[in-house]
Amino acid sequence: MEQTVIRGRVWKYGDGVNTDVIFPGKYTYTISDPAEMGQHALEDLDPAFAPNVQPGDVVVAGKNWGNGSSREQAAICLKQVGLGAVIGESFGRIWYRNAINNGLLAITCPAAVAALKQGDQVEIDMQAGVIRCEAGEFDFPPFAPSVQAIIADGGLIPHLKKKLVSKP
Amino acid sequence: MAHTFVEKIMAKNAGFTSVSPGQVFDATPDVALSHDNSAPISKIFYSLGVDKVKYPERLAITLDHAAPPPTTKHAQNHAEIRRFVAEQGVTHFFEVGRGICHQVLCEEGLIYPGIVLLGADSHSTHYGALGAFGAGVGRSEMAAIWATGQLWLRVPESIKITLSGHFNPWVTSKDIALFVIGQLGADGGLYASVEFHGEAVTGMTMASRFVLSNMMAEMGAKNAWVAQDEVTFDWLEAQRSRGSSVSGNRQIWAETSRALWPDPDANYLTQYGFDASTIEPQVACPHTVDNVKPLSAVAGTKVNQAFLGTCTNGRLEDLAEAAKVIAGHRVAAGTRLLVIPASSQVYMDAIKAGYVETLMAAGATFGSPGCGPCMGNHLGIPAPGEVTISSANRNFRGRMGTRDSEIYLASPAVVAASAVVGEIAGPEQVLGT
Repeated sequence: MEQTVIRGRVWKYGDGVNTDVIFPGKYTYTISDPAEMGQHALEDLDPAFAPNVQPGDVVVAGKNWGNGSSREQAAICLKQVGLGAVIGESFGRIWYRNAINNGLLAITCPAAVAALKQGDQVEIDMQAGVIRCEAGEFDFPPFAPSVQAIIADGGLIPHLKKKLVSKP
Repeated sequence: MAHTFVEKIMAKNAGFTSVSPGQVFDATPDVALSHDNSAPISKIFYSLGVDKVKYPERLAITLDHAAPPPTTKHAQNHAEIRRFVAEQGVTHFFEVGRGICHQVLCEEGLIYPGIVLLGADSHSTHYGALGAFGAGVGRSEMAAIWATGQLWLRVPESIKITLSGHFNPWVTSKDIALFVIGQLGADGGLYASVEFHGEAVTGMTMASRFVLSNMMAEMGAKNAWVAQDEVTFDWLEAQRSRGSSVSGNRQIWAETSRALWPDPDANYLTQYGFDASTIEPQVACPHTVDNVKPLSAVAGTKVNQAFLGTCTNGRLEDLAEAAKVIAGHRVAAGTRLLVIPASSQVYMDAIKAGYVETLMAAGATFGSPGCGPCMGNHLGIPAPGEVTISSANRNFRGRMGTRDSEIYLASPAVVAASAVVGEIAGPEQVLGT
């Protein structure tokens, strides 16, 4: 089971952050080491992010975070630097799937997005489905059972491995 | 009960009588598309402890995103893919130079009404123009499909867009696609199935219809359907007559198309209507596809590079439009025109039709069929501070490989005119009409 309480600082960004600024296309067929992917996380959006992000930190995004390409590195690079979650108003659909499939939490909660500021301390309680910060507490809807199972196993591939092994 | 296209095709795929938006089911794709990303996908696949792809005949793999390979690393990536293709007996494998996946799969007859395609590429919405369901997925998901033949999908809500009226001269399906995205925003179709209906669609060629479904990825859509008719079936027959192995016949395609046709009283999240006759050519300005302005508002912006190609607008019709604008003119000093046909078939047809000669005589240079510089791998990376006008689908910051450069998106005719003038310009400015 993945950790159920995430604590860290907020990195706040605006609306419409796309996959190309999260992980540039020019690296997609040359970088295969996940740790190296992490070094380029948000390279064309915020060069201060990758060198300074701490495990458990949380990105707070506006609308349509991760729109654009299907490149899974745009989720993997964030998981690699230890990001705890992305809280957004809405997400690009393939990025959202890629995040879940890599065990990276993507939480839709517009009220928390409005309340959280750059550098705030934030706590996400997965079990309770609540985001806690100085501005208050914000509930978020639970994930579908099938999605919960993927997150609990740490992503789609470990989840699938478990399923394939358990088959006779 | 009435249903939309996506509800009908998903019910059929799932083997259910009907499905509703929000329902999650295990989809079984008829075609599983991947490209240069197939090597990393194969690593994930083998990490599952599975030896054999469940349905190798359903895989389609093209080498197109960085092809021919610009570096040793890219070449190694292709070599790994060829090894995987041989090990697994993948028959639908298309080598360097054949062209861009979305164009090639259609030309090769793998897509026709009723097909369900999942692709490890966001522009997999492309296939809706042929009455198929196409949606993008991630690499891990593609590995899961290779191993099990299935992937969970959520039935999306649907959005109906009716296009009425007739196009003004030099206004194309690219302009209306950009206009719609500008109006509804980059999240205007988020998670949704977008349907295009109306008389303006009926009057379009297949090449133009592909632009509509392809561009809907830029509105966040899961898939995009375009109404089919005799034009669709003529196009499929034309592919067969050139040697593709498309299955079925005109009667079967028409029957499938009818069976999956959205009911007039189906339930839509939203319905929009746009009148094609009211719009002028449109341009998406840096650095988002929904930052759309009429051509007249940005005309005069200096351009260093004009790029004609990609899965959006690299077809024969697009090269023909560009040739019509450029014939007898020269690319402006200080500007370069790069043309990359979407496939080897398009390239050969363009040579036969004389478009290649017209464009090269004007000063254009040609790249080998593939994605070219669209996503910054090679063949036309801009310098910092440079401006590109492109017929592609995306203008995100850094998209073409250079963070501090600007990309404008427009129709092939506007790209060609801009190359001649050296500034963003419409065809009338070149042709004086």
